Amino acid sequence: MKIAVCVSHVPDTATKINIGSDGKKIDPTGVTYIINPYDEFAVEEALKTKEKFGGETVAICVGDDAVKETLRKALAMGIDNAVLLKDSIYRDSISIAKALADEIKNQNADLVFFGKQSVDYDNSITGQLTAELLGYNCVTVVVGFQLEGNKIIAEREVEGGKEIVETSLPAVITAQKGLNEPRYASLKGIMAAKKKVIEEKPLPPAENYVEIIAMKKPAPKQPGKIIGTDSSAVPELVRLLHEEAKVI
Amino acid sequence: MQRFAGVDYFDIESLLNEDEKMVRNSVREFVDVEIIPIIEKHYRENSFPMHIVPKLGELGLFGITLPQKYGCAEMNNVAYGLVMQELERGDSGVRSFVSVQSSLVMYPIFTFGSDEQKDYWLPKLASGEKIGCFGLTEPDFGSNPGGMVTRAEKVSGGYKLNGAKMWITNGTLADVAVVWAKLDGEIHGFLVEKGMPGFSAPEMKGKHSLKASVTSELIFQDVVIPEKNILPGSKGLKSPLMCLNQARYGIAWGVVGSMMECYNTALNYAKSRVQFGKPIAAYQMTQEKLVYMLNEITKSQLLNLQLGRLKDLGKVKHTQISMAKRNNCEKALEVARMSREILGANGILDEYPVMRHSANLESVKTYEGTHEMHTLIIGEDITGFSAFE
Repeated sequence: MKIAVCVSHVPDTATKINIGSDGKKIDPTGVTYIINPYDEFAVEEALKTKEKFGGETVAICVGDDAVKETLRKALAMGIDNAVLLKDSIYRDSISIAKALADEIKNQNADLVFFGKQSVDYDNSITGQLTAELLGYNCVTVVVGFQLEGNKIIAEREVEGGKEIVETSLPAVITAQKGLNEPRYASLKGIMAAKKKVIEEKPLPPAENYVEIIAMKKPAPKQPGKIIGTDSSAVPELVRLLHEEAKVI
Repeated sequence: MQRFAGVDYFDIESLLNEDEKMVRNSVREFVDVEIIPIIEKHYRENSFPMHIVPKLGELGLFGITLPQKYGCAEMNNVAYGLVMQELERGDSGVRSFVSVQSSLVMYPIFTFGSDEQKDYWLPKLASGEKIGCFGLTEPDFGSNPGGMVTRAEKVSGGYKLNGAKMWITNGTLADVAVVWAKLDGEIHGFLVEKGMPGFSAPEMKGKHSLKASVTSELIFQDVVIPEKNILPGSKGLKSPLMCLNQARYGIAWGVVGSMMECYNTALNYAKSRVQFGKPIAAYQMTQEKLVYMLNEITKSQLLNLQLGRLKDLGKVKHTQISMAKRNNCEKALEVARMSREILGANGILDEYPVMRHSANLESVKTYEGTHEMHTLIIGEDITGFSAFE
């Protein structure tokens, strides 16, 4: 079985983001990039599936040379091969999905893992689009995954509970936190990854349907307010949480 | 959970290669997830978190510079240093555990051991299946280890050991102790295994420092060890001192982790703690402290990196390791105390890590060569006069 994992290279969630001078991109100066945290669950599930059933794993990423760092991380965790679909321009989700679908077809992978979303643009759609383009079954926001022959039993997180679904290969699975505990890249894994070659492939020009016209920072947080210092403030606190903040 | 973003004012990141960064990041994440959430509890209860040992082994953190054929990662010394730095950001006791296993147990077995000893012990120590300790210091011989009174005598089929060691990290936990003893007046290394008749390793109690680390005495009463347990390549005081050089190197890096944690805690606290209507970070006296801390961190980082590069080139001098150990430990303790000052009364609570680091660093400044001894080692090097012998 060939298992593909599509990964994305995103700014570290702990990094402070600034918007670039053109107002359409983030300014990468001083920004640390990491593997998209949801993709770590995807990588782990691919590795576990391979460990159980055998086969081969490949990580695929769209981007410039900088994203090799994320592919190396996937290799260090234990993925067998890596492909960089090389490009340095902005691509919308459908354009990325087309590139990935072509490569997945080329790799002949019948099981594909994605993170449920990338924490940079948060579109939460690349996995689904790729599945559609490939004609594969698709289960999203997965917190439990079992493979029996061709049959997949997946647990999905839904509002207020869980949903168990059944489908079959070939399939795209998008991973949610809780699916597994991603392993750390061990030192031996890191040394082994050094010997692996990241295959680079050029991409045709992007055909974007969506264009970013502006990026804006959120409004600064309002300061908190103290409504009292003893138990007499509780009713007012409850009222505000209910009526103003609308969290209870 | 907050991911630690590091402290790097001089873009030292750009001086690291890709493997070094990956190792650092992996261990950083491990410390954020596996150590920081549990360490205060262990510190409070005077216990070492044993459950992390297999995880440390799985990550490959024991003996990382040793050859792959023993199950080690065979990485460079800078990667080793970065591992120490990240672990000590969690706790000096955890870093000590890995330091001892790597530099004071695996290193001497690798350097002075027979093939049989290497093949048997190194893979088990690398995976964490077996734990080791290092017995050099004695109750009456600390800075002057050459005066040791622990003795080995040749008996039929092996050696008989008598004496006692003190301040031994991991002693009670260890499956194997690398013990230094005089045989016909000359120092040699011996592998003493747990359970050998006459060998005991009671834990020392009452520490106000390194409370999440096990410190023990090693007692030898007519312990007969087989011939094959002598480290055949060891000879004279130079052998244990070579081990200490490895460990001191790791300490020089490790304490930078403590510094980063203390600085980061103080910086965040100062920005959010409001007194007289503004954050205390807005006051000149607080800023002076924070800048001092960052400045010392930056200097220590640069010292370490060059030290590591020299070590990887095989050009490092033991006096240079002494300088880095001496400087960084002293500054780390200062930074921890300053951080405690910025936190005011909150600084003494274990809700914050600074008092723990500060207490730990009292030991770290003293062990593996006191601040004073390192001063005299460098003093002798530059003047040609030994002030201690």
